[in-house]
Amino acid sequence: MTVVADTALSPAAEKLQERLARSPLAGRIEVFGLDLPTLEVAPAEWPALALFLRDDPECRYDLFVDLFGVDNLRRRGPRPRFEIVVHLHSLPRNEHMRVRIRLESPDRPSLPTVTGVYPAAEWFEREAYDLYGFDFTGHPNLHRILCHDAFVGHALRKDYPPGQRWFCAEEDLRIPEWAKDTDERAGHFETQTVSIGPSHPATHGIIHLIARLDGERIVRAETMIGYLHRCFEKMSETHYWNQIVPYCDRLNYVSAMINGVGFVRTAERMLGIEVPPKGQLVRTILSEFSRIMDHCVCIGANLVDIGALTNFTYLYQNREQIYDLLEACCGARLTVSYVRVGGLAIDVPDDFVPRSRRLLETIPGFLADVEKLVYGNRIVRNRLSGTGVVTRDQAVAWGMTGPMLRASGVPYDVRRERPYDFYDKFDWDVPVSRDGDNFARYMVRMEEMRQSMKIIRQALDIFPSSGPVNSDDWRVVLPPKDAVYHDMESLIYHFKLVMEGIRVPAGERYEWIEGGNGELGFYAVSDGLGGPYRLRCRGPCFPNMAAFEKIILGGTVSDAVATLGTLNIIAGELDR
Amino acid sequence: MSKDPKPLPAHPSSGPPAHAPSGADFFVTRLEALVGWARKNSLWPFPFATACCGIEFMSVAAPHYDISRFGSEVMRFSPRQADLLIVAGTVTDKIAPVLRRIYDQMPEPKWVVSMGVCASSGGFYRAYHVTQGIDEIIPVDVYVPGCPPTPEELIYAIMMLQEKIASGEKSRDSRSARFAAEQTS
Repeated sequence: MTVVADTALSPAAEKLQERLARSPLAGRIEVFGLDLPTLEVAPAEWPALALFLRDDPECRYDLFVDLFGVDNLRRRGPRPRFEIVVHLHSLPRNEHMRVRIRLESPDRPSLPTVTGVYPAAEWFEREAYDLYGFDFTGHPNLHRILCHDAFVGHALRKDYPPGQRWFCAEEDLRIPEWAKDTDERAGHFETQTVSIGPSHPATHGIIHLIARLDGERIVRAETMIGYLHRCFEKMSETHYWNQIVPYCDRLNYVSAMINGVGFVRTAERMLGIEVPPKGQLVRTILSEFSRIMDHCVCIGANLVDIGALTNFTYLYQNREQIYDLLEACCGARLTVSYVRVGGLAIDVPDDFVPRSRRLLETIPGFLADVEKLVYGNRIVRNRLSGTGVVTRDQAVAWGMTGPMLRASGVPYDVRRERPYDFYDKFDWDVPVSRDGDNFARYMVRMEEMRQSMKIIRQALDIFPSSGPVNSDDWRVVLPPKDAVYHDMESLIYHFKLVMEGIRVPAGERYEWIEGGNGELGFYAVSDGLGGPYRLRCRGPCFPNMAAFEKIILGGTVSDAVATLGTLNIIAGELDR
Repeated sequence: MSKDPKPLPAHPSSGPPAHAPSGADFFVTRLEALVGWARKNSLWPFPFATACCGIEFMSVAAPHYDISRFGSEVMRFSPRQADLLIVAGTVTDKIAPVLRRIYDQMPEPKWVVSMGVCASSGGFYRAYHVTQGIDEIIPVDVYVPGCPPTPEELIYAIMMLQEKIASGEKSRDSRSARFAAEQTS
């Protein structure tokens, strides 16, 4: 097992240090070379640093990936009570980095907002305010975002009991101030405020949109989320590593397998173990099938919203058939809980390869049917083309990733830019569109399904007929049952693993993969015990949804419905 | 129009059945049984789909499992047009008042199926923002275990509910209403 070194600087961190030497902040920022180049900064310096990192021609960290808090109350070592961790990505240089902001004041820490530099930070800062109580001075709309408004306390602080609930009545649900003010444009009889959701057929799950209309045009909008906030991060702090896999599956429940893979990769990299090739290939194949399922639901539901019901039945048939494969592998259809740290729960069935090949024969037929119905369809083209347009610069500024970003012309796909498992060995393309409208997103998703099938086909060609799927490190993976019954050593490993969990070396790590909707990242802090001290999930839906209220401005409500469909909001991943 | 219209032949179902025994073209039943039979075969569900179970619910509605075989495929997204509330997915404290409002808006008679362990008991989310079972706020007729339940389980729940409707059994009050009644008595 390798322990992540806190001292030695990686080459990337050294370069960052050189660049910082030229900035006005030189000498006031510490550089660390952890898994990512890391800067430590005081709260007051943070906006200036953010501006430098974004605009300096040799830094160009233009994509705001994530912002969240860490509570160090129960962590060993001399640390301030609270920290804020920010992850940034540079699209031109294809590099992630981390900024850590130390907050010294223990009760109500405050720091300046960076929404002026990175618009994507708005919702992330609201979330940190909600769950940790950080005060972002200058924030335009600092309200709770995930928890309801009758909530008392800040749930992710370590001294908050995980099960403490607060009663919420209907009048406690917040309505924005501007929406209460009915006579904003008195005398103009057509101005009205409409509330769409939280329970509405077009919201796919529970999202609340409040929009002010002038005639048919949306002039102001605000989205309320958090109706499915299931406390994923708090729950993972109270469970062992492998027990978190089922929680991960329920993040993006439409493509459950990918979430589990993303999570266990973080733990595996912290442990320094490798999964055997067969295990990696199973993960790859099932992840790509999950991506197809994800896109099927997105496209099917989106077309249902704009009145094309038939496609849904075709696309759903794909899902049913992929469910059969998943069921043969692990017994569950939707929330598979199939991966474990170090491998898989069980080996795949003997007919895994022929079953997968049969699927590859049937799926293109359904996709072709949908293509025939949709591509030249006047109504679909009128509803989707030219609506919900996101330009390249907007997409980057709003922190979008995945099909949303690729449909706006940025070929950023984690599988290509930072290949994991076998993705660099396969021949496949990243579909990109320049239009950035709803139809472009539809086309990108259709093409991605075809590329996924291409990947699966190549993975099946090199799929080994035998061999282990699990790592043989028995400090991490349960020994085979046979050995447990006949061998003292294995029995001890088994007992220790079940009773105490996996001992992940103390340290922190961020690992990210390409989820169904974009960059799906898991940041874990371990203090060497059986479960993570802090686990942060960067759900790709979150920044996409934050942009929704800006995308729909100027359009009609029916455009907003079509746009919400192509955003592919999965509430489990959005609200976590 | 012709001057001399010919009468059309009578529709076979319009007259008395050809081979019916005389005097047997009626039957006796209780009104409740007849109404119950009609109700159980034409349930109009309101899918309150919040999370993962909602995706499995889509499977039940999709052609492979086809809920319309049980007469309950007419999904209504307005509670005022529905008589079966299927709560599919986790209910948090933030959405709970909305769920209560939707239940109150449904006309009588109405039934509730709690799909999945999250809706039934909070499931493995023993957490600060998750309602520990929707029967805290509304009455539930059928609980479906599973995370998420398979489509077969939901279909079985609808069949159980049909039995309950046919037998005329009343729904119980919600847990909080029962608790309040105990406190006042």
